Amino acid sequence: MSTTDSSPPTEVRDWEAVQATPEFQDLRRRLRNFVFPVAGLFLGWYVLYVLLANYASEFMSIKVLGNVNIGLIFGLLQFVSTFAITAWYVRFADKRFDPLAGKLRAELEEDHK
Amino acid sequence: MSVLAQDGVEGSNPLLNIAIFGVFVVITLVIVVRVSRRASSGASDFYTAGGGFSGPQNGVAISGDYLSAASFLGIAGAIALNGYDGFLYSIGFLVAWLVALLLVAELLRNTGRFTLGDVLAFRMKQAPVRAAAATSTLAVSFFYLLAQMAGAGGLIALLLNITDGFQQSVVIAVVGAIMIAYVLIGGMRGTTWVQIIKAVLLIVGAGVMTVWVLVLYGFNFSALLGAAVERGGETGAALLNPGKQYGVSSVSQLDFLSLGLALVLGTAGLPHILMRFYTVPTAKEARRSVVWAIWLIGLFYLFTLVLGYGAGALVGPEAIRAAPGGANSAAPLLAYELGGTLLLGIIAAVAFATILAVVAGLTITASASFAHDIYANVIKKGKIDEQHEEVRVARITAVVIGVVAIFGGILASGQNIAFLVALAFAVAASANLPTILYSLFWKRFNTSGALWSIYGGLGITVVLIVFSPVVSGKPVSATTGKSPSMLQGVDFSWFPLDNPGIVSIPASFLLGYLGTVLSKNKADTKKYAEMEVRSLTGVGVEKSVVH
Repeated sequence: MSTTDSSPPTEVRDWEAVQATPEFQDLRRRLRNFVFPVAGLFLGWYVLYVLLANYASEFMSIKVLGNVNIGLIFGLLQFVSTFAITAWYVRFADKRFDPLAGKLRAELEEDHK
Repeated sequence: MSVLAQDGVEGSNPLLNIAIFGVFVVITLVIVVRVSRRASSGASDFYTAGGGFSGPQNGVAISGDYLSAASFLGIAGAIALNGYDGFLYSIGFLVAWLVALLLVAELLRNTGRFTLGDVLAFRMKQAPVRAAAATSTLAVSFFYLLAQMAGAGGLIALLLNITDGFQQSVVIAVVGAIMIAYVLIGGMRGTTWVQIIKAVLLIVGAGVMTVWVLVLYGFNFSALLGAAVERGGETGAALLNPGKQYGVSSVSQLDFLSLGLALVLGTAGLPHILMRFYTVPTAKEARRSVVWAIWLIGLFYLFTLVLGYGAGALVGPEAIRAAPGGANSAAPLLAYELGGTLLLGIIAAVAFATILAVVAGLTITASASFAHDIYANVIKKGKIDEQHEEVRVARITAVVIGVVAIFGGILASGQNIAFLVALAFAVAASANLPTILYSLFWKRFNTSGALWSIYGGLGITVVLIVFSPVVSGKPVSATTGKSPSMLQGVDFSWFPLDNPGIVSIPASFLLGYLGTVLSKNKADTKKYAEMEVRSLTGVGVEKSVVH
């Protein structure tokens, strides 16, 4: 960490040039290629669940284990999938995103001293 | 079964409840005063504690902010009475966090400093977009605040055995005054600690009750469900299946779909949640905050599943319906059934602490938005002494908002207020989230697109609610002799659904798109480049204040 400056940086920088670098484009692609499909996935999975609960309540009411029915299992699976996607994203961010983002940030801050 | 006591929950000892709550207030005030001594003055400290919290601390505070009395008392009660349909709420509330985690938290942390307006106005014309962002922030905060304060009135009747209107108003005023004290003395630093303490108490309290219920049923969840069905009598079997509450007609099914959308897309647009991401130093810490919040909130909702069915099995739906506060009394009644007067007192105090902490978080968010977006950047055009004048305005605003919340709470007390939370989520999902996502991810998005999606989303949501059955026109219920609508004896509703999300959310996305492509002004590509580089790399993010 370089300074303890607390005012927002007012430097003028050629942001478009930075944006156009292959490294930044790679970073951008990595993020979008992960978050957009995964967001579509969990939203679709959630909507499917709501639709099933809404319009297929007989199916959801079939008992599987004692009093535990398919609907309850589906509901608990929403918890499981939420926890799993959280862990998956953290893994992605730690391995595939942070190193590159950190490198770019360091270069940008170095350039500007 | 005979109707239970009319005044207060049976077994409740108001003095004990007040004493336990008093201990909470004293302890938290001492902590707030202590941490505020370490604070430097200035806007950054007042709004965001200088970004000095760690991810785990902030994650606990986020769950404290998010798990309002509505989700604790409300969801447990909904599961006890409506079974599975109550459980559906908690799933929407939880899955919503993935939107915040994947699409919003980190990028927001890297591009803004204090408010939602910072991010939305980043590459737009400052004054109009900040004014719009502040308008929707204030609207969401106001609806949410009113719901919490009105809920306080019901809780007082329920737990302190105060049914007299004047005395209830006095208690609401006292709660409001304590909240204002937290905000003025402690700023965001103090408020955060209140939320952390409250979250720990709430989650531990719910956890103890959950284990207790499970022990009674030999850790056999199926047996617990069976007991709830048995206690539920004729309609008991329906408790396990979807549709008890929402499956009545095709309109109510559509209503549920609409609610589900607002829940899952609203969270990542709630201003008081978004502001919490600025209290950590980096995007990585913001990510850790959300991860912690997801685990804690998910765990808590699993607890409420057990607590709801536990209340259904051990207390029984008839006793819950007959108690003052109806569904909201399920968790307190269960506490009494398990641990007697003492546990009830603890749970009652936790419920009060919950209202206090959530209201404090909302107040500081709304005051920051007014002082930073409207006063400093619209009225003063950014030429302001941030260290002193802006903070002074924020403090005054906090007092004004606190007073408004007290009077609003007194006026709304006893009203049907559940829809206010749903309304806050619907506005957040319609006005805020589309604008945030377009700002962060769509290059062409411009000032008029932002204005269209914020004002359009807000306007459509409010209009649809005003003309919905929650405000007027629901048929009079045979049991209570009143219409469940807010207004009695009039019917000007034409929108069939209680929740507007299914119309207002797509409409707002569409308006943001149309406003952008139809306007003549071009997006500022230089500013977009800056925003994108900053948001992804975190370059130039303020260093946190070490403390």
